[in-house]
Amino acid sequence: MAGASSSVKSTRPLGKATRDAFGRALESLGESFGSLVVVDADVGNSTRTEWFGNKYPDRFFNVGIAESNQVGVAAGLAAAGHISLVSSFAAFIICNAYDQLRMSVAYPKLNVKVVGSHAGISIGEDGASQMGIEDVGLACSLPGFVVVVPSDEASARAATAAMLAHQGPVYLRVGRPDVPKIYEGDNIPFTLGKANKLADGKDVTIIANGLMVAPALDAAEALAAEGISARVLDMHTIKPIDREALKAAAEETGAIVVAEEHLAHGGLGSVVAMNVAEIKPVPIRYVNIGDQFGESGSPEALIEAYGLTATHVAAAARAAVAAKK
Amino acid sequence: MSVSLDQLKAIGKELRKDILRMTTEAGSGHPSSSMSAVEVVAALYFGGFLNFDAKNPKDPNRDRFILSKGHAAPVLYAALAHKGLFPHEELMSLRKLGSRLEGHPNMLRLGGIEASTGSLGQGLSMGVGYALAARLAKNGAHTYVMTGDGELGQGQIWEAAASAGKYGLDNLTCIVDRNGFQQTGSAFDVLNMDPIDGKFAAFGWSTQVINGNDQQEVLDALKRARATRGQPSCIVSLTRKGYGMLNLLATLKDENFHGKPMPAKHLEEALAEVEAGVA
Repeated sequence: MAGASSSVKSTRPLGKATRDAFGRALESLGESFGSLVVVDADVGNSTRTEWFGNKYPDRFFNVGIAESNQVGVAAGLAAAGHISLVSSFAAFIICNAYDQLRMSVAYPKLNVKVVGSHAGISIGEDGASQMGIEDVGLACSLPGFVVVVPSDEASARAATAAMLAHQGPVYLRVGRPDVPKIYEGDNIPFTLGKANKLADGKDVTIIANGLMVAPALDAAEALAAEGISARVLDMHTIKPIDREALKAAAEETGAIVVAEEHLAHGGLGSVVAMNVAEIKPVPIRYVNIGDQFGESGSPEALIEAYGLTATHVAAAARAAVAAKK
Repeated sequence: MSVSLDQLKAIGKELRKDILRMTTEAGSGHPSSSMSAVEVVAALYFGGFLNFDAKNPKDPNRDRFILSKGHAAPVLYAALAHKGLFPHEELMSLRKLGSRLEGHPNMLRLGGIEASTGSLGQGLSMGVGYALAARLAKNGAHTYVMTGDGELGQGQIWEAAASAGKYGLDNLTCIVDRNGFQQTGSAFDVLNMDPIDGKFAAFGWSTQVINGNDQQEVLDALKRARATRGQPSCIVSLTRKGYGMLNLLATLKDENFHGKPMPAKHLEEALAEVEAGVA
């Protein structure tokens, strides 16, 4: 069943993969969301939608390895009144079916939930073809889409419920490996479009999402030992972005680091920069995978090689603070 | 609700005249692609097939018609106007800023539009979704999708065909408007998809090949499709692009006449040919 083969190191206790938490949440929410239907492209045992499918076989349709049709079928079901959910690897559901997401979902504002799993380089050994590294930027370019990247199992559960309750298209990004716990219990703060402040500080704000929230917190602890006070925001919603939190970060800390497991182009960093440049320009530094594809390797080795550790986040924070002067 | 064959043919003439007038007024559009499809659209909306009430266009139990070849929007708008969904004079707002009648169908703007189409290849997948939803609702609703023939070059069509076959969707009918032309020329030369019926049959569909500009043949084919059990139906509708004004197109030496309105100076001639009917 679940048993992810890999995990991400942190000083924080390890929790489940966000895909696992999403899958369990979907399975349990199937009852309260009676109109929910899932259209799969033959990866339900990877994306964990099969747990819903096993419980609700009449509301689960595996249309085969055909993401374009998968999205179109889901759009038809949504137009007929269902909450439709499609899921595949982020690389495939976004890149393969982009025009269908654009024309059959975004343009008519249909109630389709799009879940991209196996996002980022942290899937590890399968390599670049399976790694969704541009999915957030592309999803943000679909008018009207809400775009969400939860950081751990509790926030993935909360994000799944919030996504289903939201009327309209949503993109939810989840990952393959087990990840550190950021939140405890089920009563965690989670409102679409509202950042969670996990640590307060006055010298710099580290804005992170997904896999990068744990290293952001670890970096903040390391920086504190050096006398740098870092605020940490879990910016789980990229669109709509929490402009109030960005305004406060710029005005109150005067420097920003954006950390994400995504291409430099189009992701959280781009959205933060666009907004901060307008609200109150302050030095910004970025931690991401740049402008390159991933490759095969263990998740831990890739995260180190592509510069996504707490050490890299702390270095970026020092650079941002130094740039204030 | 059904009408006689002669009445249906008369409605078809009105639809063709509306198509010509609204695209000439707009100064752009695809009248020839719309006119090939008139007999099928007339049969669906006025021949007793499509359970669609213009006074209740969002009835959840309605039948759906998806115009996957969205550039033929004028034939759909003309039919919806004749159904009484909106005032007939609104047809003349086609393609103008703020009009509900955009260049390609926009389901957010106008009830009665079941899919926002125009990016070719996507309508049949939505039709599969509607058909699955009707099966879950057990409401007996039928979904009709019309594609073009050039549109069959899109791989998504065949993904959708395979999935409809898998689920045995006998509440789904796909009509391929095989008018034989696409943007740059003959659909047989650009990318010949023959045998179209054979391809759908291979995916588990019941198939028919008809003269899609013969009103009686269209009625008979739709009746057989609706009676089909256990598998989806495909009607390969062999038509002529610009049917109803073929003599004028021959005179203009433009058999395809793709994506352009009839110039105002030829409009009366075109309308007269439509009114006279095809011998």
